[in-house]
Amino acid sequence: MEAFLSSLVSVAFHGLAYGMILYVISVGLAVTMGLMGFANLAHGVFAMAGGYILTSSLQHTSIPFPAALALAFFAVAAGSVVLERTLYARLYGAGELEQVLFTIGLIFMAVAVARLIFGTLQAPVMLPDYIRGQYPLFGREFPTYRVFLIAVSGAMIAALWFGVERTRWGAMVRAAVDNRPMAQSVGINTRRLFTLTFALGSGLAGLGGALGAEIVAVQPTYPLEQLVFYLIVVAVGGQGSLRGPLVAALLIGFSDTALKYWLPQFGAFFIYVATIALLLWRPMGLFGRRV
Amino acid sequence: MSALPPAAAGSAAHTGGYVADPRIRWQEWLPWVLAVAAFFGAPDYLSLGARILIFILFALSLDLILGYAGIITLGHSAFFGVGAYVAGILGAKLGVTDPLVQLAAAAAAAGVLGVVTGAIILRTTGLTLLMLTLAITLVFLEIANKATSITGGADGLAGVVVAPVLGLFRFDLYGKTAYLYSLAVLFVGWWLVRRLIYSPFGASLTGIRENAVRMHAVGAPVYARMVAVYAISATLAGIAGALLTQTHQFVGLNVLGLEPSGELLIMLILGGVGRIYGAFVGPFVYLIAQDYLAKQFPEYWYFGIGLILVLVVLFARGGILGIVDAALARLRRPSA
Repeated sequence: MEAFLSSLVSVAFHGLAYGMILYVISVGLAVTMGLMGFANLAHGVFAMAGGYILTSSLQHTSIPFPAALALAFFAVAAGSVVLERTLYARLYGAGELEQVLFTIGLIFMAVAVARLIFGTLQAPVMLPDYIRGQYPLFGREFPTYRVFLIAVSGAMIAALWFGVERTRWGAMVRAAVDNRPMAQSVGINTRRLFTLTFALGSGLAGLGGALGAEIVAVQPTYPLEQLVFYLIVVAVGGQGSLRGPLVAALLIGFSDTALKYWLPQFGAFFIYVATIALLLWRPMGLFGRRV
Repeated sequence: MSALPPAAAGSAAHTGGYVADPRIRWQEWLPWVLAVAAFFGAPDYLSLGARILIFILFALSLDLILGYAGIITLGHSAFFGVGAYVAGILGAKLGVTDPLVQLAAAAAAAGVLGVVTGAIILRTTGLTLLMLTLAITLVFLEIANKATSITGGADGLAGVVVAPVLGLFRFDLYGKTAYLYSLAVLFVGWWLVRRLIYSPFGASLTGIRENAVRMHAVGAPVYARMVAVYAISATLAGIAGALLTQTHQFVGLNVLGLEPSGELLIMLILGGVGRIYGAFVGPFVYLIAQDYLAKQFPEYWYFGIGLILVLVVLFARGGILGIVDAALARLRRPSA
């Protein structure tokens, strides 16, 4: 019993850490889908870029860990603005098929570039000493890095929710998600709003990829392998919602960790089956708006 | 929807449709003449040739649902993979070695799967539909990966026994039988797809693609039509998968999941979506280019196909055949 309880706590802890990271990465996709209806399958590219920025700056330069995290956020956000202005913006009015194909094309290009620069091996994460080792909490030992990761993700999520619920920018985003033509006609510059939101979402993905580099191996096939989890988070959580994707991400975090721990012989089988069942029950996702 | 070339641009486009003339034009025999010529002219490349023929069949099946009915899927490899594994398991584990029986079993399995999954997922649209199609192929990938006693897992299923076709034509080392066998099956598949597209059923699919609400309004059974075409497409994909297993006498995990679906999408888009011969040109160009480039420059190859996909979406939505159409139209204009 004691052993089971201990493994239960351990699974819950690691599941929480993975779920939080998954949320930080994919919340940008949920907002992009809700705001512009753009099916950006290449969202994982931003997370991978963040992961590579962190791992290579820790490996080759002496900049401190927090600065590397910030760099991952801002560099990816800036890069995404360039992509958005030059390429994505051309396809806003286009059909879903074009968006899907275009973003798959971006994934292939990113995979190739990553292979060319970083090779096919997983990028090593060289953490500074102060976030390694174990951290005592409630009379138990937890890996310090995961505690740090949960704290940082939690802070980011709190800041994001505060921003969306309490600031002028957040009010404009919510208005545009609810009814874009109406928001436009009362004078909100939805194009600029979208660029800004896209940058923020991509930056968060970069940050999530950087933070999670130790949990989810950073390698060139990252955007392809992780895509399905982002899609599950957004589809199950509900597009354009902030709450839904968090619930979905935590569900995936817990169930994936639990399944890997107790039933490794089934892989991700049950997650896919549960996703299919859930989407049949609620096609718009758990917290999606009925259209 | 706007990915499609302007509605049936002239008679040369072969986009089909109920009002179009259903008779086979002389240009439509060209691929077959070319295929037979290749059999005699390029005997060293017959295994690549068989592969191209198989992917043409697979691309035709995708074109039916994507190009004509407008169903976007990331999971078409589910049917291809199930067909491939059914044929493989029959040949390697159950001792059913007759190729046509294997083909029929694979077609039946994929068809049933198409009806069942189609009936479930075609009620949804947009991102949810994409997600569901992807989840279904991933479920099968997980099964194939983990049920090692039946599928061989990550090592794949080797030693698939395939008896001579009709008891006469043994699968040889040079791929002669494989090539002609695939060609024959593709011909039947092409004939079927062509009949479908030129039928009222095919016209109703195009209608659903263009405006599902209006099709409801005129009383067309939209959902039933979509499930029907999804099942037909799944059956063809399953046959293509079984052909791949039979011609390689091997089946591995690479027939399932996102990557084969994505590659297939690229082939079809490259050739031209929503037209029969787009499904011919795309795999032909893609697989030959892959054969030359992928092994020598893997990084550049992936970058190249990504770039081509982006360029096709931004500038040439009709694919290669769309470009050919535009060039022909420009040539004709001065004289007319």
